[in-house]
This record gives sequence, C-alpha cells and structure tokens, in this order.
Amino acid sequence: MQRTKLNWFFFTLLLIAAVIGAMLLSLSTGEIRIPMSDIPRLLSDKESMEYGVLAFIRIPRTLLGFAIGGGLSLAGAILQGIYRNPLVEPYTLGISGGASLGITFAIVAGLHLLNILFLPLAGFIGAFITIFLVYTLSVRSGALSINRMLLIGVMISFIASSLMMFLMSITDPNNIHGIVFWIMGSLNESNPVMIGGIVLLSVVCLLVSYLFVVPLNALRLGEEKARHLGINANATIRILFIITSLLTGACIAVAGVIGFVGLVIPHIVRLWVGTDYRIMLITSFLSGSVFLILCDVVARTIISPHELPIGVITGIVGGIVFIVLLSRSQKKTLA
Amino acid sequence: MMKELLILHDISCGYGDGFHIEDIGFSLSEGAFTGIIGPNGSGKTTLFRGITGDLSLQKGSIVFDGKDLSKLPLREKAQNLSIVSQFTETTNITVEEYVMMGRLPYRKPFQFFDKTEDVEIAHHYMHLTNTYRLRHKSMMELSGGEQQMASIASALCQKPRLLLLDEPTSHLDITHQVRFMNLIQRLNEELRLSVIMIVHDLSMAAEYCDYLIMMKNGRIFGKGSPETVLTYENIEKVYDTVVIVKINPISGKPVVFPISWRQLATYEASLSLKR
Repeated sequence: MQRTKLNWFFFTLLLIAAVIGAMLLSLSTGEIRIPMSDIPRLLSDKESMEYGVLAFIRIPRTLLGFAIGGGLSLAGAILQGIYRNPLVEPYTLGISGGASLGITFAIVAGLHLLNILFLPLAGFIGAFITIFLVYTLSVRSGALSINRMLLIGVMISFIASSLMMFLMSITDPNNIHGIVFWIMGSLNESNPVMIGGIVLLSVVCLLVSYLFVVPLNALRLGEEKARHLGINANATIRILFIITSLLTGACIAVAGVIGFVGLVIPHIVRLWVGTDYRIMLITSFLSGSVFLILCDVVARTIISPHELPIGVITGIVGGIVFIVLLSRSQKKTLA
Repeated sequence: MMKELLILHDISCGYGDGFHIEDIGFSLSEGAFTGIIGPNGSGKTTLFRGITGDLSLQKGSIVFDGKDLSKLPLREKAQNLSIVSQFTETTNITVEEYVMMGRLPYRKPFQFFDKTEDVEIAHHYMHLTNTYRLRHKSMMELSGGEQQMASIASALCQKPRLLLLDEPTSHLDITHQVRFMNLIQRLNEELRLSVIMIVHDLSMAAEYCDYLIMMKNGRIFGKGSPETVLTYENIEKVYDTVVIVKINPISGKPVVFPISWRQLATYEASLSLKR
C-alpha cells in the first residue's frame, strides 16, 4: 500500500514535470526560435516582438493544448470506464458528429461572417443536441442501457456525417475549405475568453471526476457487481456521461475535431499505471496534455512556414501507436 | 422463537415475457444455513436475483430484519447482504484489489486511500479462503476455482449478515469442495452468518444445510429439514430420475445415490424373475 502511494506520487510528479517541459518547448519553437532561458525576461519586456509572439500566439496555443489534450483524454478515460469498453472514445458517442454538423451548418448559413464566435457556439449546440438524443433514446423503462447508448451514438455519427455531406454538396465551394479545415482541428484560437473558459472547464471536470473514482473503480467489475457493493451505478453513469459530453462538446467547439487523443492516451496510461481510477484520471489528463502540446509543436514545425492541421498528426501518431499496442498485447485485455 | 432475519412474502419476479418464479415464500431465522436445490432452469438463480434486487418484484415483498428490503439504501443493503455469483466478473486487477472491493460499502465519502483496518480485514479473509498467496496475481490469471474463492473473500469483506452463494463449489474438486463447505459452516457457527446456498450436489446439501428449499418450474416444491425434503419420491418427481436415498452412518443425514440405466434394467429384470 505504501509502495503504491509512493508510485502514484512519483507518476504524478513525473507527468507534471513533463507538462512543464512540453509547455516550455512549445513556447520556444516556431518560426522565431526563443531560447527557453529567455522566456521570463521577454515576458517582462512588453515592447519586444518576442513578447507579442509569446503572449498572443504561443501562450494561448500552449494553454489550449494543455486543456484540450487533458480534457479529451480525461473524457476518454471516464467513458471507457463507464462503458467497460476500451474502444470507446468521446467521438464514438456521436458527439463529434453532432458538433461538426452544427459547425457545417453555421458556415453554410454564413453565420460565421456575422460573428466568429457563432462557430464554436454552433458546434457546442450541435454536440449538446446529440448528447440529448443519445441520452433520451438510450433510456428504456427508466434504466440507461449502455449498449443502446453505444449503438445509437454510432448511428447518430453516421446520420450527422451524411447530413454534413449533403450540406457540403449544396453549398458554395468556397465554404468547403473552411469546413474541411475546421473538421481537421486546430489549436489556432486566440480569444482569451475561450482559452480561459476551456482551461477552467477541463480542470474543474478533472476535479469533479475525482468525486466518482470509487464508483468508477467498482464499475470495472460491471454494473451489477457495483450495485451489490452499494454503488448507485445508474446515477454514476448518468452524471459522468453528462460531464464528459459537455467537456467533449466544449473541446470540439473550441478546437475542432481532434481525434485519437481520447482513445489512445487512456489506453497507454492504463498499460502503464494500471486500471485504478484514483491514479488513472490524473495521469490520463496530464499525458493527454503532453501529447497534444507536442503534436502541436510537430504540426507547426514539420512543414514550416506552413502548418499542418493538428488532427492529422494526432490521427497518424495515435493510430499507429494504437495498432502497435493492440498487436503486442493480444493476450492481455486492455480493459 | 428465533429472530426472523429474512422473510419472503410470496414473491414473483422474472424476465419480461420469459421465465418467472412465482409465489416463493419462506422465512429464515438468523444464523440459518439454507440450501436451495432443484434441477437446471427451476428458478434458483432467478430467486437470488429477486432477493438482491437485480430483478424487481412483480408481487410480494421481502422483509430483511424487519425492514422492506427494496426500500433499503444500496449502501446499507451491501453492508448486510452479499452475493457470490456463479460466474466471477473479473478485469485486469490484482486479487488483493479485487478482495478490497468488498470494503467499498464502508468507505467514507471523500476517503481517497484505503484504511489499514480495511486492508487487515481483506488479508484476514484472504487467509481464510486460501487466496492470500495469490494476492499480487491478476484476477485474469486465476483458475475458475481460485476466482471463486477470491470472490467469496470479497463478499465476506462486506461483513454481511446474510451471504448468498450461487453454486460456489461448481468449479472445485472434492478436496476443495469439502474444505469450502467446512469454512462456510465455521463462519455460520462462529459469526452467526446466515447463509443461503444454491447447491447441485444433493448429498452435500443434506450434509451441511439445516434447511432445504426444493424448487421445480419456478415454484417451491418442498421445504424443510434435509430428511423430509430429500426422499426418493420427491427427488424422482422433481428431477425425473430414479435414485436411492440412504443414511450417512456418521452424520445421520441422507445421502443420494444415482443408479445407471443398465444397473436399473438388470435390477428390474431380477425382480420380475423372482416374481
């Protein structure tokens, strides 16, 4: 027991260090190289050009990577826990489909020309409607059916992507570029209110999720066993589903569809620290942050001065890592 | 008059349009060791699911220690009643973590780390069930019998007053079966732990249980002491099988012997020859 506590402390500390390291790397790399040791000095010198680059471009980006990476990974870890299925990620539930449809609709209708903030708003509304649909359609005679939820989520994804293709086929070709770019995801967002909001939201969700670590641990043995251990499984699943959905919806609204973080990171973390949610949640969050910040660094530098959509990097890296992990651990169940 | 711990008032429950158990009524005093017997598909596990609340009752009610069991909060229920299912739900966690789960009903809100007291209780029951040596192994590496023992250790950690066991000895050889039944008997006597156990081995049921409930087609066929329930007439009616019932010379309890079809035919032929 003492050893476990020490290990957990060590893992958390290591990851916090990794987050700080990734953040510093992200701040210093780019078109203009800024040595890490100069960062504190430059931040106090508001006149310099480097200050502008840091304060208005790199710090927002880095914070966004921290919040979105952490948030998506946390949402994935929780969803895999309540569904007892290691292949679930925030996007399996149709949330990304709904959000993408909302955004596409906003672009096609030209709402983004009125106010750029209509885009994230439309994404969030799309995500919210999907959550509502999946949730209400999955409730049968008062109880939430996990399998129904999963299937309905997948089906809603299909419907949403069909509707999106329909919208794209009838719209002005100039809009398509905007839609496609948005779907691929990007951390290019500099509105301080949105950045602050998403950082706050993801950290609050992390804290709130810690109220449910014991039920999550019990749910590893299935809903019925958890109930026999005195855990209200149904209520836990409902609350956690709503929390993770809102978090995912907000992440998509701000940064677009960034896939694979919520699927791959909790997986790797589970292989590393085990399945105990007391350590799983924080390590998933921090690992997701590190992963996304580093992916963003790659996206910005690999074809510099141009920038790759971050979804491309997370998809390629995440997908390959996932296949390697699956083929290596065929005997061990990852759940 | 002993205190009644569990009273079932003619309950009915089941699966939608499918299988149902009907009008099951019995009462058990505190410290009773009860066996439920009956052929496959007679509703034994369904009855357990009705008692645990996994299936809601369509009729009747269950009273536990004077209170309506369906209105008891889940946590309080888990502190009083634990169940070991036929199949152990496992995941990739160590045996120790698994057994410790049994202490969940006693966790304080916002308690993050396990208390030493809880660890000691878990170790105690792991020693009793002979799973302590496996404590660092993953549940998934264990054999069916070992998983079942870990599951029982976890159930005992709940410190229940009533323990429901669904065919706990099905994966065990005779050594472990007897060892296990002795352990349950000891807990039953020392801790006054009430036990309801689904048993397939009729002789084993007779030897250890002091009360038997015999089920057929979702209804109670007979209940009472092993001597009154386990007559060859009853067994033939319920199981549709011819058996011989003798008395165990040491315990005085009934022992049930099956007879092979060939032996039965030879025996009947010899009877008709004599006639």
